[in-house]
Amino acid sequence: MSEVYIVGSGETKYGELWDRSLREIAVEAGLKAVENAGIYSRDIQILYGSSSLSGTVNGQNDIGSLIADFSGLASNNIPAVRVEASSASGAAAVREAYLAIRSGEYDVAMVGGVEKMTDIYGSEMLDMMSTTLDREWEAFFGATPAALAAMSARKYMADFHVDKETLAMISVNDHENASKNPSAHYRNKLTLDAAMNSTMVADPLNIMDCSPISDGASALVLASDRYMKKNGMEGVRIQGSGIAQDYLALHSRASLYRLDSTAIAARKALDQAKVRNDDISFVELNDSYSIYGLLALEDLGFAKKGSAKDLVPDEISLRGRIPVNPSGGLKAKGNPMGATGVGQFVEAYLQFRGKAGERQIKDPEHAMLHNMAGSGSTSIVHIVGGD
Amino acid sequence: MGELSSIWREADHRYRLIGHKCNNCGTVYFPPRDICPKCHRESIGKIKETDLSGLGEIVSFTVVHDAPPTFSRQRPYVMAIIKLDEGPSLTGQIVDCDPDEVKMGKRVRAVFRRIREDGKSGVIMYGYKFALDE
Repeated sequence: MSEVYIVGSGETKYGELWDRSLREIAVEAGLKAVENAGIYSRDIQILYGSSSLSGTVNGQNDIGSLIADFSGLASNNIPAVRVEASSASGAAAVREAYLAIRSGEYDVAMVGGVEKMTDIYGSEMLDMMSTTLDREWEAFFGATPAALAAMSARKYMADFHVDKETLAMISVNDHENASKNPSAHYRNKLTLDAAMNSTMVADPLNIMDCSPISDGASALVLASDRYMKKNGMEGVRIQGSGIAQDYLALHSRASLYRLDSTAIAARKALDQAKVRNDDISFVELNDSYSIYGLLALEDLGFAKKGSAKDLVPDEISLRGRIPVNPSGGLKAKGNPMGATGVGQFVEAYLQFRGKAGERQIKDPEHAMLHNMAGSGSTSIVHIVGGD
Repeated sequence: MGELSSIWREADHRYRLIGHKCNNCGTVYFPPRDICPKCHRESIGKIKETDLSGLGEIVSFTVVHDAPPTFSRQRPYVMAIIKLDEGPSLTGQIVDCDPDEVKMGKRVRAVFRRIREDGKSGVIMYGYKFALDE
């Protein structure tokens, strides 16, 4: 089996990109990644596009072909498909590309994650985002992604005596880090007071507990160890890849605040990488809602259930024991759903190449990347770094 | 979401809380499912419809302020996860009370209500909501 390395990355700014289209941002990220890898687009052997909602929000499916075509690759006739796993689409696409290279079938793969969310308006977007839930038995009755996160939060806060400030500090930490990331959707710092007093969305979560609606695209070039050596390239290794699934609807799961899919995916990825939680230099986790930041810290193995509050805020800061979301995370770097999971790899690649600027983690050894669908129906965890 | 057939075919479950029971292991499911996650192929042909009492308790809840267009007229509304006495849990609204009265662990009973409508001239969809059972 081949070893798989990230050899290039590129992304657009995340945010409200009113003047840019779905295809424009996808192509921009892809071309930046190709340039960054020092290859030519003709070197790409297979392409995976990822998007969660392009079919509903933009009315555009088959974005594998769209990206390949407008990247100038149509007459290269390479395989190009879209990978969809709700808000975990990005990591799912990276994983498919990883497996394609690992199998030995391909040596160079491109992953392009994209979401163009601002082409429809706020409350309609909420209806679109609810398509990632169980449409017939959750969304039909008025549940939204925020409502489900809020129900997990209320039960968690009651059972483990966690206050709302602890949740808010996950968002405060994201904004602090995003202020150092030029690609981030929001670069303003957030005070605890402002976070606590923002507009209510689904009690106890208010708007500063929720990731924003972002446009954005992120892209990677992955290559086999063989290809990399032959061409004198350098890269960052994908050491472990774990994916696990759980019941689609929150009400069917064993617990409202245990992300079983996350715990299993993390275990698989760590075991494959032969790495322990203590070896992780930083984690990019899927805090689409602040509560998921705390739950993920626990289920990824950094704290026992109910005790993530002990890590907040000091240990999750850039200088803490386990820095969380140096990129700014889903709350502040932004959450263009299909791009988000790919963007986590972009951040890791920058960190390992020492190109993360003011938010640089000193001499990182291993990073853990966690991308999750909806309220936890699918989780994907990768370990990158090492040699 | 307003396709007529997709509403019509779920009517028994949404109007009368008809669940499914695996007659291999005895577990009751709601929403209905055609394969038992415990018995897998052993449950084929043994999943039967079963009446649910509509009685249960609130596991957790939220007051929704930011709602999709079809629910905006109901804002703010209480969404809850209810554990039914027969075992399964489901998601539904809590109505007929002040949101301040809703607490985790409180008993509820199912009531038949209008859930949503597709604009002024579209389909009106019905189903279960829950009221505090005091």
